[in-house]
Amino acid sequence: MYQFSGKLKTFSLALILVGLVGIGYGFYSAPKTVEEAKEIISHQGAHGDSHATSHEEVKVDEHHSSEGVETHGAVAETHASADAHGEHHDDAHAEHVLHQLKNKPWSALYVSLFFFLGITLLVLAFYAIQRVAQAGWSILLFRVMEAITANLVPTSIVMLIVIGSAVMHWNHMFPWMAEGTFDPTSPNYDPIIDGKSWWINLPGWAIRSVVYLAIWNGYRWFIRRNSIKEDTVNDNHKTYKLSYNVSVGFIFLFMITETLMSWDWIMGLDPHWFSTLFGWYVLASLLVSALTVIAFVTIYLRSKGALPGVNDSHIHDLAKYMFGFSIFWTYLWFAQFMLIWYADIPEETTYFAMRFNEYNLPFLAMVVMNFVFPILLLLNSDFKSIPWFVVIGGVVILLGHYIDIFVMVMPATVGAQWSFGIPEIGSLLFFLGIFIYATFSAFAKANPIPTGNPFLEESEHYHYYNIEHRGEGSGDHH
Amino acid sequence: MSHYEAPIREPLVLGDKSYHDITEDIAKPIEGAANKNWYIAFYISLAGMLWGFGCIFYTVGTGIGVWGLNKNIGWAWDITNFVWWVGIGHAGTLISAVLLLFRQKWRMAINRSAEAMTIFAVFQAGLFPIIHMGRPWNGYWVLPMPNQFGSLWVNFNSPLLWDVFAISTYLSVSLVFWWTGLLPDFAMIRDRAVKPFQKKIYALLSFGWSGRAKDWQRFEEVSLVLAGLATPLVLSVHTIVSMDFATSINPGWHSTIFPPYFVAGAIFSGFAMVQTLLGIMRKVTNLEDYITRMHIEYMNMVIILTGGIVAVAYATEFFIAWYTGSPYENYTYLSVGAATGPYAWAFWSLIIFNIITPQLLWIKKFRRSFIITFIISIAINIGMWFERFDIIAIVLSKGHLPSTWWRFEPTFVDVGIFVGTIGFFGVLFLLYARTFPVIAQAEVKTILKSSGEFYKKRREQGIPTKPAINVANVAGTTDKSNKE
Repeated sequence: MYQFSGKLKTFSLALILVGLVGIGYGFYSAPKTVEEAKEIISHQGAHGDSHATSHEEVKVDEHHSSEGVETHGAVAETHASADAHGEHHDDAHAEHVLHQLKNKPWSALYVSLFFFLGITLLVLAFYAIQRVAQAGWSILLFRVMEAITANLVPTSIVMLIVIGSAVMHWNHMFPWMAEGTFDPTSPNYDPIIDGKSWWINLPGWAIRSVVYLAIWNGYRWFIRRNSIKEDTVNDNHKTYKLSYNVSVGFIFLFMITETLMSWDWIMGLDPHWFSTLFGWYVLASLLVSALTVIAFVTIYLRSKGALPGVNDSHIHDLAKYMFGFSIFWTYLWFAQFMLIWYADIPEETTYFAMRFNEYNLPFLAMVVMNFVFPILLLLNSDFKSIPWFVVIGGVVILLGHYIDIFVMVMPATVGAQWSFGIPEIGSLLFFLGIFIYATFSAFAKANPIPTGNPFLEESEHYHYYNIEHRGEGSGDHH
Repeated sequence: MSHYEAPIREPLVLGDKSYHDITEDIAKPIEGAANKNWYIAFYISLAGMLWGFGCIFYTVGTGIGVWGLNKNIGWAWDITNFVWWVGIGHAGTLISAVLLLFRQKWRMAINRSAEAMTIFAVFQAGLFPIIHMGRPWNGYWVLPMPNQFGSLWVNFNSPLLWDVFAISTYLSVSLVFWWTGLLPDFAMIRDRAVKPFQKKIYALLSFGWSGRAKDWQRFEEVSLVLAGLATPLVLSVHTIVSMDFATSINPGWHSTIFPPYFVAGAIFSGFAMVQTLLGIMRKVTNLEDYITRMHIEYMNMVIILTGGIVAVAYATEFFIAWYTGSPYENYTYLSVGAATGPYAWAFWSLIIFNIITPQLLWIKKFRRSFIITFIISIAINIGMWFERFDIIAIVLSKGHLPSTWWRFEPTFVDVGIFVGTIGFFGVLFLLYARTFPVIAQAEVKTILKSSGEFYKKRREQGIPTKPAINVANVAGTTDKSNKE
């Protein structure tokens, strides 16, 4: 049995605490009134150097284009009348910036939350796939994957809090939740969003969100319990077969809930924009991150001697998945980007125009990190079985996909006001702390080897043909 | 690779087979004479093919106007059939490349025929881009070649040009991949041949394969590299085909989900075609011990999975078409207009054949039944044809301007060419089944002792298959005992 060391526990708790302080600072330093926002705007302008000026210009451009291009009807009229009265326009601008600044701490939290929740969810899905595919190599990693999915419970709770806060109108991350969006008499009325109110409405959104979380957590609770039961029961694989069938059902529901979740939680941040590929694009991003996390936890636990039997071939397989799905992510990223760029239909192009103009560096850097780097580093078969190589490749992949989520969320919620500072880092540390605590305390609670699995012996003998096993003391070297 | 196999896995080779039995079973259709049924099937296919060629000559000689196309619907049966055939080809590469990467041993009994199907299907597909041209004799202008028009080149921005590169690369790589795998099998036929002419032919085809250790080592590495290259290739080929539509600005065509959704649909339809062909082939060539009920079931599982992906994509298309708020989307593919318009019958055929019928495969009894599998596979082939027809014709029949709304009605030439490609495909496949080893015997032999029914049973009963030497004690390893 693995012992969750006091040192690691303290470290994870420290991360949670430091993260909480960072998150708290983010909320504390966000402006509360239009006056404060105006002060920040003038402060930005007062820098006077060319960078700040050009930044300001771009921002104003964005402000115009976002209202002029994306919204129609009543809002555009308001905007036109606002233009007529310069004074009023300044106020409108300040209010717009105020909303973005108020969103900053929420978005910082949300990006990290979605990143960690999504990774955990995809580890769960990958685990279900391994069961359904009757994989023979990965059985020794089952307890690792199960332990990681323990993170689903705390992240779901935080997600519920965020859902609740959105319902209570404590934040402005989802523009369609603003007051008067669906009210034709309101100046905030948005006929486009109103046309989608059958889907985009607060009760529906909240109920759906809770249903997704319930399905995922339900499966995770069941499969963990059943998996541990498999170890001891001797019932001619009856428990195992039940796990199999439930996993098939989960994959079915997962396909649907994942797509809907990505529309509700991410695409809904830009309610005027749409892309049919979006759900699968989010899926690919989270899947490659999930595989990387499985590899990391496996490499760490193996180095602590907690995973007897896991050899270099297992690491090699995980690295192959990281490599393959990095390319798959790039394929979907390119398909979505290229098709929208090629056809250049205005209502779709704004999405990428905004990201290209305001998030140029992260937007392009992420493609390098998520594609160029892994393809160069992980193509070589020998490299894929060397743990430190996998870790280097994995760190870049994880950072790249964090940026991916960042670029999905931030442009919609904070626009040009983005930065990467204490609130963002704090949120990352907070969820990292939770992740470490949940994962390793769950791993310590069960036998690290799922002894009841009928494919266990295949996994113990697993050897990929050209991989040399270096010094892990396993007896199965051929 | 590990030589231990969990007892829970079903055997992949049935009966008490030896290596020699495998050779005999696979060589038999090649070495024997064709029976009456083969000739009947062959002549029917040949007649269809010749009829199709006649229609092609008629089209090229007279003009595209003999087809049912009009000035608004410029693509219909031609491109429908093109996409359909390309899609069918994808299962072959999926089985030989993707299943190799995923170490699925059950692929070994079906990969040869699936790849043959790929190549013959891509032949059929390749006809359409040429014959649907108004001036096919200028077809070579799509190639970027230095020329006497001041080196006038092609524009690389068109997905139709990408199609040229995609299809030609796909065909060549598939051909090389297939042929490499055939070398040891051709060598086997060569070594068995008694007639000098036959020996000469197979000696030529097998490139002097002698099966040395170094050859095998390189053979395996080449197979893996080609599988690694063919996998992105197979994804990109149908992606590029999908971009013929998705890069446009037509509502119903312009959709970012098309690339992965077309690929999923291709695998879906391709596996259905493999099921149709193998369902017949395993019977007529007496290869039931190799293409077992379990192979059929596994392929049905792939069909369920890819069919599910396609269904999610339909739902996504349907939802987003509404979600866009664009009034134009309501008249197009998978929308209210499609479900109720003049092509409603085509739309509902798609839903029934593609989404509803395959759901029967969730039931294990149906999944393992040859006859039900066969019927469903035919249904999917029809359904996937309608999918492409719906995407192309329904969208074009109702564009942005109501004054351009028109209908498409195929002529006998449209139908004749399609029938011709089916005949051509049949001719090629029937000839293949008589002259090529339809199962990769070299590969099946590698799994006989780990996954053969006889050996599995013996292991379960604790009877060693090699009683004299206990390798485990000699070498100090445990898993070698299963290898020998």
